[in-house]
Amino acid sequence: MSTDSALLAVLLTIVTASTPLLLAALGELVTERAGVLNLGVEGMMVMGAVAGFAVALTTGSPYLGIVASALAGAALAVPFGFLTLNLVANQVATGLALTLLGLGLSGLIGESFVGQPGVRLAKIHIPGLSDLPFVGPLLFGQDVLVYLALALAVFVSWGVFRTRAGLVLRAVGDNHASAHALGYSVIRVRWLAVLFGGALSGLGGGYLSLAYTPQWIENMTAGRGWIALALVVFSSWLPGRLVIGAYLFGAVTILGFFVQGLGVGVPSQLLSSLPYLVTIAALVAISRKRGGGGDAPACLGRSFVPDR
Amino acid sequence: MKNWSALTRRDAMKTALLGSVALAAGAAGPAAAADKLKAAWVYVGPVGDFGYSYQHDQGRKAVEKELGDKVVTSYVENVPEGPDAERAIERLARDGNQIIFTTSFGFMDPTIKVAKKYPKVKFAHATGYKRAENVSTFSARFYEGRYVIGQIAGKMTKSNVIGYIVSFPIPEVVSGINAFMLGAQSVNPNVKVKIVWVNSWYDPGKEADAAKVLIGQGADILTQHTDSTAPLQVAQEKGILGFGQSSDMAKFAPKAQITAITDDWDGYYVDQVKQVLAGTWKSTDTWDGMAKGMVVLPPIVNVPDDVKAMAEKTMAGIKDGSIKPFGGKITKQDGTVVENLDDGAILSMNWYVKGIDDKLPG
Repeated sequence: MSTDSALLAVLLTIVTASTPLLLAALGELVTERAGVLNLGVEGMMVMGAVAGFAVALTTGSPYLGIVASALAGAALAVPFGFLTLNLVANQVATGLALTLLGLGLSGLIGESFVGQPGVRLAKIHIPGLSDLPFVGPLLFGQDVLVYLALALAVFVSWGVFRTRAGLVLRAVGDNHASAHALGYSVIRVRWLAVLFGGALSGLGGGYLSLAYTPQWIENMTAGRGWIALALVVFSSWLPGRLVIGAYLFGAVTILGFFVQGLGVGVPSQLLSSLPYLVTIAALVAISRKRGGGGDAPACLGRSFVPDR
Repeated sequence: MKNWSALTRRDAMKTALLGSVALAAGAAGPAAAADKLKAAWVYVGPVGDFGYSYQHDQGRKAVEKELGDKVVTSYVENVPEGPDAERAIERLARDGNQIIFTTSFGFMDPTIKVAKKYPKVKFAHATGYKRAENVSTFSARFYEGRYVIGQIAGKMTKSNVIGYIVSFPIPEVVSGINAFMLGAQSVNPNVKVKIVWVNSWYDPGKEADAAKVLIGQGADILTQHTDSTAPLQVAQEKGILGFGQSSDMAKFAPKAQITAITDDWDGYYVDQVKQVLAGTWKSTDTWDGMAKGMVVLPPIVNVPDDVKAMAEKTMAGIKDGSIKPFGGKITKQDGTVVENLDDGAILSMNWYVKGIDDKLPG
């Protein structure tokens, strides 16, 4: 096989490996921008995966599956929102519990779906463009969620930094007392951010069971929710850097496999730890150079109780 | 494979399902008639994993079917390895089970501990190496199956590159790689095996990624020692062939799966329970393969008849003992030659045979 096709296989695989991370991390970024730390990303992802798979299989439509995965992620975020925002429960503990709940509940719901061949989300095909050699399949022949994830990154970046709603979101995350004093409903803004985060985590999970490996098996997210959480921190809560981080992580993972396949004898343990090391190093380096690191939302993880 | 579920599920399940472990133990079996023998199984994963624990539970069902009038069975699933396992096993012993099968490597020490406290109860532990008066061990010679699929792969490859996706560099996996390679080399001296370690027993995403990368590097046959169906699905999508792992995965990739290496514990379990019934049970170490039907390959499909015939002949040879995957002279990667390996050497294998395009990690 030619080097071109080997390279293309690697690049295509990088895109699919990065997309679920990007989706889930974008959602968490918005949640954290509102000052809420939701450690339940893994749980919401896995719920999205099972719901997307189940709906796609029963209706035959992967697109309905996508919708269902977003709804399921958001639905699992509801108890989190209620406990942490309305009842002022500890966000860390509640988020961890949410992951466990999601893993257990998805296993229960998905029991009858284990071992069933799934419905694959088709890759788009633009006549002419998708048929171009090399760049065609890479740029114009992915599935819709790949493009949706990148579009969402642009949308979130614009929304958070260029709109009034984004300003309110950041105000709530940076200083909830002031935002409250100015008359904004901190709880309502946070609720919306939590639901948005849940929906995107769900989408990330849905990507796994609909496009990445169209099947359902318990715990199929295999820790990707935690990687998404880490990416948010290392991207300094900036969507642009998040895209770089997610793709870098995917790229180094896949290149690790590629190098192993070449049989050059680099220890595989080193290769599988490289994605973490490289991504962290790169994002920290970017932050230092731009002088813009460390801008965590000041109220991240802090509960808000309005003075009456 | 022995403890794949533990590595992937353990953390999540530990907290979430600990409560239900105790419940399942009580609820799984029908109410015991006082005069029936009670036998229990402890699984590391859910019985619905369509892999390792599922196969063990098929064995339990075989006991029910064959000896249902004399035996009552029950099981506990999703038992985390380590101290929690001890509680689950002890509970089963206290409940009057006379034989308890603990089916994952990590249940080894808990099994031995509980066995000391309950000397009248019999135990059989899968894939471990510690025995006692009332503790047997058992495992299967999976490498025999790998030799056969290696031969098929060696015959079927056109690019002479085979992709092999693996989990962790433990002897069971390494001996599998070597047996596969020896099988492939026995029919095709030019064959190359490319190895990718994904460092997980179970991560469909990573396994699929590794499969895609290997295909991109020219592999036209895939095999795996990881547990998800993802690599086979990729193989089907790309129009190449592969082999299933742990259970028959044909329904996920009917056009890609040639055959699979499956575990069949039915015979062992039925035999053990019968011995307890007859009062002849003794602590033994069982390591059976194809001859006793413990390693089974589902019917070979998607290959020409002559390849199928060759594989069947090899299987017959392994069964009657005329073919030994690790018999004869074997050249190691470093050039040294070893001969007629015994079980101990196979169980502790930490080197590659010559021709494998990889350096053993660790």
